[in-house]
Amino acid sequence: MIEKGRFGEFGGFYVPEVLIPVLEELEAAFYAYRDDTAFVAELATLAQDYGGRPTPLYLSPALSEKVGCRVLLKREDLMHGGAHKLNNGLGQGLLAKYMEKTKLIAETGAGQHGLATATIGAMMGMEVKVFMGTTDIERQMPNVQKMKLLGAEVVPVEGACGTLKDAINDALRYWTSHVEDTFYLFGTAAGPHPYPQIVKHFQRVIGQEARQQCLDQCGRLPTLVVASIGGGSNAIGVFADFIDDESVRLVGVEAAGHGLETEKHAATLQRGKVGVLHGARSYVLQDAHGQIIESHSISAGLDYPGVGPEHSFLKELGRAEYVGATDEEVLDAFLFLTRAEGIFPAFESAHALAWVLSQAGTFQSDDVLVINLSGRGDKDVDSFIRYRPETVR
Amino acid sequence: MFAEAKFSQRRRRGDGKNCMSTYRDVFDKNEKTALIPFFVLGDPDFDTSFEVIKTAIDAGADILELGLPFSDPIADGPTIQKADIRALEGGMNCGRGFDLIHKVKTYRDIPIGLLMYYNLICHYGVERFFQDAAKAGVNSVLVADLSVDDAPEIVPAMEAAGLDTVFMVTPVTTPARRLRVAEQSTGFVYAVSLLGVTGSRETLSEAVEGLVAQMKAITEVPICVGFGISTPRHAASVAAAGADGVIVGSKLVGLIEANLGDKARMLSDISAFIGEMKETL
Repeated sequence: MIEKGRFGEFGGFYVPEVLIPVLEELEAAFYAYRDDTAFVAELATLAQDYGGRPTPLYLSPALSEKVGCRVLLKREDLMHGGAHKLNNGLGQGLLAKYMEKTKLIAETGAGQHGLATATIGAMMGMEVKVFMGTTDIERQMPNVQKMKLLGAEVVPVEGACGTLKDAINDALRYWTSHVEDTFYLFGTAAGPHPYPQIVKHFQRVIGQEARQQCLDQCGRLPTLVVASIGGGSNAIGVFADFIDDESVRLVGVEAAGHGLETEKHAATLQRGKVGVLHGARSYVLQDAHGQIIESHSISAGLDYPGVGPEHSFLKELGRAEYVGATDEEVLDAFLFLTRAEGIFPAFESAHALAWVLSQAGTFQSDDVLVINLSGRGDKDVDSFIRYRPETVR
Repeated sequence: MFAEAKFSQRRRRGDGKNCMSTYRDVFDKNEKTALIPFFVLGDPDFDTSFEVIKTAIDAGADILELGLPFSDPIADGPTIQKADIRALEGGMNCGRGFDLIHKVKTYRDIPIGLLMYYNLICHYGVERFFQDAAKAGVNSVLVADLSVDDAPEIVPAMEAAGLDTVFMVTPVTTPARRLRVAEQSTGFVYAVSLLGVTGSRETLSEAVEGLVAQMKAITEVPICVGFGISTPRHAASVAAAGADGVIVGSKLVGLIEANLGDKARMLSDISAFIGEMKETL
């Protein structure tokens, strides 16, 4: 490897020897193409004409009134596919093409990253296999069908629990024996080096745009940037260009599930311990013997017992704060934005909204908040109605 | 050669620290290729696991490779992963694993290599883990998800505990890395016979012969071959390629899985298979 891929003590590439040459090939290609003129131009065109970038920064009157200062929503929900996931999908898909790989594999929990990969596969003419836990397949059937409709194969994974972490394990295993023609399109800012760097690189467009849009619309930088965080791709994407702006407070909102005091949450950075999972040293949810435990969240996209290593580093540095929002708070926030702005927020993104709502009244009137609305919530409507049937009676 | 210097230094360390049987004792005495069965510690429970291991020793195992079960074993195929799940459900953990190893070592002084994942060591505490492993009677530790690049994170603590080091090479490991693996491995080099994860295979990769020869050319550290070896024919071809040891895992673990309801048959099948392999070698 050219670099160690460290963020302080975090990150690295803790993988079986058989994966090292694959990661070396990926790292070399990423470093060669990320600043390559043709690659950059092709990606920009795709992001604009296919993906719908730039996405707007919307000043929400309802949220602003509720919390007592200007609140702006970065509308990643308006991107093609309905979430920020496509930024990374387009970037890595194009990288795969430049590396002359013909097949894509991906892991998925809720199905959103699987869908983004299936979308890229359809558009770029590449064969797609999506690894998905058997438990997730059952609870996310509509997304499974969409992936199949897009021409992807959905590979069921049993593992210990049949969820996202098992899907990642199996995708890594498959990759070790199909490296010649296969590109592993990794969905979040975690995993072994160079993935945390790659995902940040392709997601940082969110923060780049938001920073400039905020300057243009408000004449100043935001005082606070908020994002939900599971593996951490939308959060690192919106944080990246603000990290050097010391005046900007950065807050990542984890899934507190049934409450941080319970065992039912996905608050890796607040309740985990430093360990090694899926190739990186980072905070990890684990039991008293070092076995990885299942996380819980109402939002499948945040339901992951690990977290991107750079977030662990930002936490250690004190540069970003990591807080939580419970399932109940998320349902309230979902309903609030739906009724007050006519926008369904994804359950994932509703964590960021929920935390901001919980802080109402603590802001100065001249504060400016940017919330990354990472995805749209159409996919969560059925689920919302199951939890709150009275809202549609 | 650096590798040779390292090797003789290791030999002194292994022999002097305690009176345990070492890899060298086995590899030097053995004119034949050593048979190294792999089991997951505590599969399917502590007592049965002990009986399985005892059976393997009685049937002719030269060295044992034992795995500490982990919830997310990315280097392993479905057979070993299921064994990990069984063992974890049976209450296995590092501390009980050391108890089991100690019990095995009390039954027979046979060299034992531990195969595991890094998070368990990080959680236990690196220094303390290797000290306790050595006390239990472990000869070497191979961390499946820690490559030679990160050897400095564990090697000093392993040396301090008097443990041998083992790292992996694969058919796609570059020559420069092969040399580093040889230099960092004091117990043996674990040569992975194919691309992929553990599991029984119909055919064995042709790359394995070349890999053994290439490693033999650069080091005197013994070369043991594993991954995908499931028939006496595979074992024979690995032996013919010049390997010092052959590691058989998924096939044996599969015999546990196939006979979970019939312990007597589980033990007799394992004994018969090891006997057959031993005869071939």
